[in-house]
Amino acid sequence: MTRLFARHRILLPILSLAVLLAATFYMQPRAMSYFGVNLLFNLAVPIALATVAQMMIIMVNDIDLSLGAFVSLVACVTATFLHDTPVLGVLILAGLIAAYAGLGVLIHRFELPAIVVTLGMSFVWGGLALSILPSPGGTAPPWIRSLMTVKPPLVPMAVVAAVLIAAVTHFLIIRTGIGTVLRGVGGNAASVARAGWPVLRLKALAYALAGLFGVLAGMALVGLTTSADANIALRYTLLSIAGVILGGGEFIGGKVSPVGAVIGALTLALAASFLSFLRLSPDWQIGAQGAILILVLTARLIFTRRDEQEG
Amino acid sequence: MKSLLLSAAAIAMAAPAVFADTSDKRIALSNNYAGNSWRQAMLQSWEDVSESAVSSGTVAAADAFTTSENQATEQAAQIQNMILQGYDAIVVNAASPTALNGAIKEACDAGLTVVSFDGIVTEPCAWRIAVDFAEMGRLQVEYLASRIPDGGNLLELRGLAGVFVDDEISAGIHKGVEENPQFEIVGSVHGDWAQDVAQKAVAGILPSLPEIVGVATQGGDGYGTAQAFAAAGRDTPLIVLGNRQDEMAWWAEQHAETGYETLSVSIAPGVASLAFWVAQQVLDGADVPKDLNVPFLKVTQDTLEETLAATPEGSVATTDYSLDDAKAVIAEAK
Repeated sequence: MTRLFARHRILLPILSLAVLLAATFYMQPRAMSYFGVNLLFNLAVPIALATVAQMMIIMVNDIDLSLGAFVSLVACVTATFLHDTPVLGVLILAGLIAAYAGLGVLIHRFELPAIVVTLGMSFVWGGLALSILPSPGGTAPPWIRSLMTVKPPLVPMAVVAAVLIAAVTHFLIIRTGIGTVLRGVGGNAASVARAGWPVLRLKALAYALAGLFGVLAGMALVGLTTSADANIALRYTLLSIAGVILGGGEFIGGKVSPVGAVIGALTLALAASFLSFLRLSPDWQIGAQGAILILVLTARLIFTRRDEQEG
Repeated sequence: MKSLLLSAAAIAMAAPAVFADTSDKRIALSNNYAGNSWRQAMLQSWEDVSESAVSSGTVAAADAFTTSENQATEQAAQIQNMILQGYDAIVVNAASPTALNGAIKEACDAGLTVVSFDGIVTEPCAWRIAVDFAEMGRLQVEYLASRIPDGGNLLELRGLAGVFVDDEISAGIHKGVEENPQFEIVGSVHGDWAQDVAQKAVAGILPSLPEIVGVATQGGDGYGTAQAFAAAGRDTPLIVLGNRQDEMAWWAEQHAETGYETLSVSIAPGVASLAFWVAQQVLDGADVPKDLNVPFLKVTQDTLEETLAATPEGSVATTDYSLDDAKAVIAEAK
């Protein structure tokens, strides 16, 4: 049993989500419907995208503390430029992705600690967001709005989106050759370099992918909220890191799981709803969310340790 | 205005007269922040009013929820959870005027009534109980004109620079002066809604000012202003206060010594109870306009003693609104 969990890292995140989902349905049977599941998970879609973005950074042994501010900035650009002047909006968003690639180059080329650079960048993104939208406002482009509120038959949008995100990133990171090399940068950058791969470009690519998913997260968020403000997604920084780890990823060694990351994001969103259904006082909610996180991580640690001992 | 000062006990007595049409309805409060005395008083007011409304059978439930992180995305999720929990109405003090619109639209589409207050939302399907800050400024000059018909020089205390509330109140004060040209604003300083900042700012500008007959303030700055005038050895002008406990205590002291009289005006945290009754009225099928104004809580010489006694030290005067108050507010907006 323990070996099964250790071999298939993905089982534990799936089990955590299933247990939490069952408990939520038990507490609130109304949630067990097309409408209910969508309400439970639609705000988890941008969190899932942000978590995948964070995973790209963690995959190359770095960490991104600016992601929440970046997603907020993207939300502001989406609700203003992308709505009013779509061409300029697309250019700005492309520029932001390029800026992320540039960050990767900077961090690798000068061997800067990513944690410091991204912390600094969070103020840059925050400042830009404030100058675009000094007071909350803007309008979601209608096509994003209709995309995020679409009602597909049988399965709600949130579930379709989560499956789609997981499938695409799984293919990209686990199945393709370039994905394997990218994970290799996190595993052993020196041997990747010795094998003839340009590590600098690979890091730039990982950061650019993070930027891309960050942009998608911001756009999806605006599609749900209909407008933006400069602080709209600040909590995504920590949520995304927690999501990656909850989904079976590790901070070093390029050990990440795209499917796990998406499941981790859904679990975190669901945990908050579950605690709110429990009518737990807000003073305890953050603590309880932390407790859930620690519980899952402890379970994982127990399984991996046992497996190592048993060889 | 006196009816606004009803205590929670009086509301409990008034409640059974309500039609029982909403007796099976459940109302939820979505609150984004609980970290200061105003918000604490607000939550207390909600608890008082909802408790008596539930026990008298006016509504089936009125639960309060506060988000833990004061973040719009978190509050949006909270509102969506309330839809799932089957509430009939959501009363919301919003973290952002726009970022909750998606969730609020979901609630409206699911047939819920949404009433926003204090931190209002722009989504058209929701009701808004807004504060008319400009009127709060204009009202002060109107009072000064009634007390000092001959007019004279005024000092204006402003709030925190760059915050829209400060701009609004100041615009109202200037509008009031336009309507009462016997007054002239000869000085204007930022007191940042804090007594110590206000005292320093006023002390700095006083030596350069001629005789001041009146001071228009924004609340939280009246006591500091009075201290600065006293320290400079100048006569205490007519200072309009902002319902803070220290301001009212100073006023009571001055009144006992010299017969000093003034007016104190601000927004009561009890506005949460007003929002509760507005939501109840909408559920009851009453015709309620979408945009309502929060009444100001005025403290006059007649009500000073009573209000001061009911306000804890370091807090701000409040009142729980009754159903009749809500009906009066609704009638006024029509």
